[in-house]
Amino acid sequence: MSPDLLIALVMLTNFTLVATSRINKAIQVAVAQGVILGLMPLAMGLGRHVHILAMAAAAIAVKGWFIPFLLRRALRHVKIHREVDPFIGYTASLLLCAAGTGLSLVLAHNLPLKPGATPAFLVPAALATLFTGFLLLVSRRKALTQVVGYLVLENGIYLFALLLVEDMPVLVETGILLDLFVGVFVMGIVINHIRTAFDSTDTRHLAELKD
Amino acid sequence: MAWILIALPLAAAAAAFLVDSPSVRARLLPATGSLHLLLLLWTLRRWASLPAGAWLGLDALGGWVLLVISVLFCICAFYAPSYLALRPERDHRIFCVSLLGFLGLASLLAEARHPGVAWVAMETTTLVTAPLVYFNRNRRSLEATWKYLVLGSVGIALALLGTLFIAYAAHMGGVEEPLQYPRLMAEAGRLSRPWLRAGFVLTLVGYGTKMGLAPLHTWKPDAYGETPGIVGALLAGGVTSCAFLALLRIYAVMAAAGEDVFAREILVGFGLLSMAWALVFMVGQTDFKRLLAYSSVEHMGILVLGIGIGGGATRFALYHLAANALVKSVLFLSAGNIHRSYASKQLPHVTGAIRRTPVSAGLFLLGFLAITGLPPFAPFISEYNIAAAALGGGHVLAGALFLLLLAGIFLGMSDTVVKVVFGTPSPQRVRTPYRDTPATTAPLIAALGLALLLGLWLPGPLRAMLDGAAATVAGHGPVVRIAEVRP
Repeated sequence: MSPDLLIALVMLTNFTLVATSRINKAIQVAVAQGVILGLMPLAMGLGRHVHILAMAAAAIAVKGWFIPFLLRRALRHVKIHREVDPFIGYTASLLLCAAGTGLSLVLAHNLPLKPGATPAFLVPAALATLFTGFLLLVSRRKALTQVVGYLVLENGIYLFALLLVEDMPVLVETGILLDLFVGVFVMGIVINHIRTAFDSTDTRHLAELKD
Repeated sequence: MAWILIALPLAAAAAAFLVDSPSVRARLLPATGSLHLLLLLWTLRRWASLPAGAWLGLDALGGWVLLVISVLFCICAFYAPSYLALRPERDHRIFCVSLLGFLGLASLLAEARHPGVAWVAMETTTLVTAPLVYFNRNRRSLEATWKYLVLGSVGIALALLGTLFIAYAAHMGGVEEPLQYPRLMAEAGRLSRPWLRAGFVLTLVGYGTKMGLAPLHTWKPDAYGETPGIVGALLAGGVTSCAFLALLRIYAVMAAAGEDVFAREILVGFGLLSMAWALVFMVGQTDFKRLLAYSSVEHMGILVLGIGIGGGATRFALYHLAANALVKSVLFLSAGNIHRSYASKQLPHVTGAIRRTPVSAGLFLLGFLAITGLPPFAPFISEYNIAAAALGGGHVLAGALFLLLLAGIFLGMSDTVVKVVFGTPSPQRVRTPYRDTPATTAPLIAALGLALLLGLWLPGPLRAMLDGAAATVAGHGPVVRIAEVRP
């Protein structure tokens, strides 16, 4: 598989994510995106480094198995399946996502790349994925969809980190992965508390505090 | 030696998790806090030069920030047992574990010599402090926790991207791994400028969210308003100081690369915007804990403004970090006492506190006067000198706006504070058994005393450390030995 194909798939998943209303599907797509990203180091021909392979395997295990396990468990408990009435509608989200992708291309154009075998669309795709994560975080009401947004945001950063994966010490790589894991874990706990406190995971209830 | 400052609080956190007796667990806090402070002072006394490739170790900047956090933690830790005894209905196992865990991770951040390690420490700090925000276990604190967690995580994710951008800037310039701060600063001239600039902006937004700079501060009033005063004190003086340190490390690389003009313009803008935003929300604020949160937004603004003005103001911005932490602990803890006594933190219900809790109300008033710049408390020294450096260093407009905003904030805060302290007692007030005791007021008096002492006299070794820290921030490379900066 060529890295460009995987990058194109990542960009496609971004659009699917903002257009879907079913939370279960959003989780599936975010997980698929995480696994695609986990395969990227192989596609980029970095398979000869043992620590990069270990890191990719850990990323696939956390993003492809553990996080979906946590999210599905939360989803089963809350018995909510759809993101109803988001702050920004699906059509508008799609348009915004397209605009964000365009903006990422412009931004990345202004950042010089080190001459070498870097896939040309890696940086714009990373920025676009980051933007998609943001969009999901700010435009959706359900706590679970917001966690998916956070995951997508982290995916964007992971994609960018691939540029540096040969130079980054293992310590930092594992730190990033560990933090993602713990972050989602803690958010999962909070979601559970939200559910017991409000009998729903709609963050609209979380609007008591204001000036 | 470096690791023991990190390992001690983490080991204490593990012990707190295993101990079953609530009173023993609560006493673990002051014991660990004072031991940590003593070890830190001992480490700072026997200052050793750090090899450039070290992964952990204290230089002047990290040492100064950790000293501030350790003193603040001690104040809170000595207050904690009496506070927790007032709330026997709450299980505080997780609370104590989180507090001690925070101290260990703050030590890790202060000692981190690599931006990646610093980032991991900062992110983990967010996660361990989230249960503290949820201590009251009600809907309001849940909402505050969710906002704190989501906004904090997004901010920290941006900071990670910024850190990676800077790593790529180094990669483009052919700087060898691992990218410890001394190496980044020594070879700053080779970093790719577009990536460095973009990386700085991202880390500023990311760590700025953790500091609570406007307009990224929206989690702050909720989190500080809904937590116990002791957590507010630790968040306002400790977690924000951690984020500021992480930002300063990146700024130092910018300054070493000669990009400080670009960085400073943004910092001045963020600083003044934060102060102005805080002022708007302080006027007519009826919730006195939220008032303190906006005061924290203001003082984070003063910190970055001081760095943005640069020159002589850099050292006073670092000094202000200590002044702010000390006085904020007085304010948050006394506000917590008043909250306990009235079972409310809203203005019409809480008035005339000077009669019911004279010591706490007096400390609240003095803390307010100190934080708004009453001489000779420490915040006066830093605010005066930052203004003087701005007006004398060509930032006339920024200096004038700074003074104007300080005056406005004094007026905006005073209305609420005066009503809380001196107002006529409200007919709706609730009777509670809480009265001031030496155990709930002595740590506050000590903190205010330290703020006063710091304003009057800065001991020689601390002065040298502050100068060393300011030199590091200005991009002159990390100063690791005090002897190096003495004239």
